[in-house]
Amino acid sequence: MTPSLLYALAGAALCGIGLFGFILISHLLRKLLAFNLMGSGVFLVLVGLAQHRSGPDPVPQALVLTGIVVAIAATALAVVLIRRYYHLAGKTALDDAARETLRDQGSRQVREEPGE
Amino acid sequence: MTLLLMAGLLFTPLAWAVLTLLAGFRRGRGITWLGIVIQVLVSLALWAVVAGEGGFQYPLGGWQAPLGIELRVDGLAVTFVLLTALVAAASGLHAGFYLDPDKQWHRYFWPLFWFLWAGLNVVWLGNDLFNLYVGLELISLSAVGLVALGGQAEALRAAIRYLMAALLGSLAYLLGVALFYGQFGSLSLSGIAFALSHGSAQGAAGFALILMLFGLALKTALYPMHWWLPPAHGIARSPVSALLSALVVKGSFYIAARLWLELEAPLGSLALAQLLGILGSIAVFWGGWQALRQPKLKQVVAYSSVAQIGYLFLLFPLTWNTTEAVALQAQQAMTLQVISHALAKAAMFLSAGNLILSVGSNRVNALAGVSHFLPFSLFSFGLAGVSLMGLPPTGGFAAKWLFLQASLATGQWWWLVVLVGGGLLSAAYVFRVYRASFVEDSNIDHFFHPARRLEIIPMVLALLSLGLGLIAEPVLSVMALVFANGEGT
Repeated sequence: MTPSLLYALAGAALCGIGLFGFILISHLLRKLLAFNLMGSGVFLVLVGLAQHRSGPDPVPQALVLTGIVVAIAATALAVVLIRRYYHLAGKTALDDAARETLRDQGSRQVREEPGE
Repeated sequence: MTLLLMAGLLFTPLAWAVLTLLAGFRRGRGITWLGIVIQVLVSLALWAVVAGEGGFQYPLGGWQAPLGIELRVDGLAVTFVLLTALVAAASGLHAGFYLDPDKQWHRYFWPLFWFLWAGLNVVWLGNDLFNLYVGLELISLSAVGLVALGGQAEALRAAIRYLMAALLGSLAYLLGVALFYGQFGSLSLSGIAFALSHGSAQGAAGFALILMLFGLALKTALYPMHWWLPPAHGIARSPVSALLSALVVKGSFYIAARLWLELEAPLGSLALAQLLGILGSIAVFWGGWQALRQPKLKQVVAYSSVAQIGYLFLLFPLTWNTTEAVALQAQQAMTLQVISHALAKAAMFLSAGNLILSVGSNRVNALAGVSHFLPFSLFSFGLAGVSLMGLPPTGGFAAKWLFLQASLATGQWWWLVVLVGGGLLSAAYVFRVYRASFVEDSNIDHFFHPARRLEIIPMVLALLSLGLGLIAEPVLSVMALVFANGEGT
């Protein structure tokens, strides 16, 4: 049991916890946090697993840096969308899909507004 | 020459994304149309180069792997690059006329459009697993932004749902990449295939492949992971729906196909191949059946995408442990299905947008009488439908014919049921739209008539999809030539 393997295992555990939260939590912000937890887990696995040769491997570190940038972009987009959704709909969770379509069967206004 | 072409292909979309971000809607439209011309020309030239000289590996900026990014420019890749150029050009032109320039937020359509195009090109050409991940994320984030462009609460809900599915899919894929890198110390797809063929441990690698296929299937909306697709594609503006259905879902499928074709021999299994094929078959029936029952026109088209994506997954059982000839046939069928569905579905969404503009309602039943007023758009819709049904001489027919031959050659007759049944279901939902539009006793007496240029673009796409069956030979010869080439490296 080398320390780097320990990192990888911790990463796998974080992934599991994050996945659990991502699926079960319906509050959108907490879901997003769970996603970030899962992302950190994946990065730990990426760095931890790759260290089996002599000394640390620089490539995964560079990859993780890129990965963090991507994760921040995704998180920022999600936060903007969630905030806007909260302003418009006043809700912090997505509705149950089945109930929503049932209600939609009734008269519903045009979604496509004329373009010109 | 190739240096300039590669630079044009990869650099233009990113530069244009930044340029259009700085401009307003109308100026952005002008800039975009200029960029579209450049992109189409570059894609055509690159296709011609590969058709003439065969594929090549291209290290970006002269940096070799593992630090540099290696691009794989082969026949399949340039075929999809060209397809992207065609469909994106059509959607971009259409969007310029379709979107309302006076709504301020519509100016963001252009940068998102260009980021999407950049991501797609990265995915078609990528040979580096991590770079493919970045391309996938670029596609997903811009696609989610495009869905949210509508601005209402419902569009945001669809966008958030789409974002959550896409993020989960990407993380599953990235975890697979991490496991592969941990085991082989390489990110290049061909490098991993090489290491595997020279015999090394396979336990974690098999799990990594399954994780990646799961993530990619989620992003491709394979049944039962399709729940995010109909709301997102249904609510987006029509040019956006066309882009999403025609190209975005194909990006993740393409990566899954590439992974499978490279790694199926050492890592695949009969159960995995058949499972993917069966899920695809269920998608064909479930999507078709749901399309038949949807009250809204664009939901019909969106569920039809779920069904058509199902066909693509027949690639997996038909290439597992089969002879070279059959595997090649299945790959050709997959390529033709991707191209014909992309063209037909883009035509369908764009003409559906025209029909909705015309009657002012998005319900199928509201189309009564539209056949008198908008025969041209309705005709484009029908032509695209013919390709989805798989009648000769369309591209859809050629694709299904090749799938059918591959199934018979491998003795997997059960896929025939899917091919025939799926075609019948598509016929049923296309005719349902037609029946509604020919009803005479309409109480609406004013129809808005969209500009003629809005009607021509879907017609061109539909005709291309129709004619694909006739020009399948040259298209397939370029694609096939390079598959043989790619296997050598």
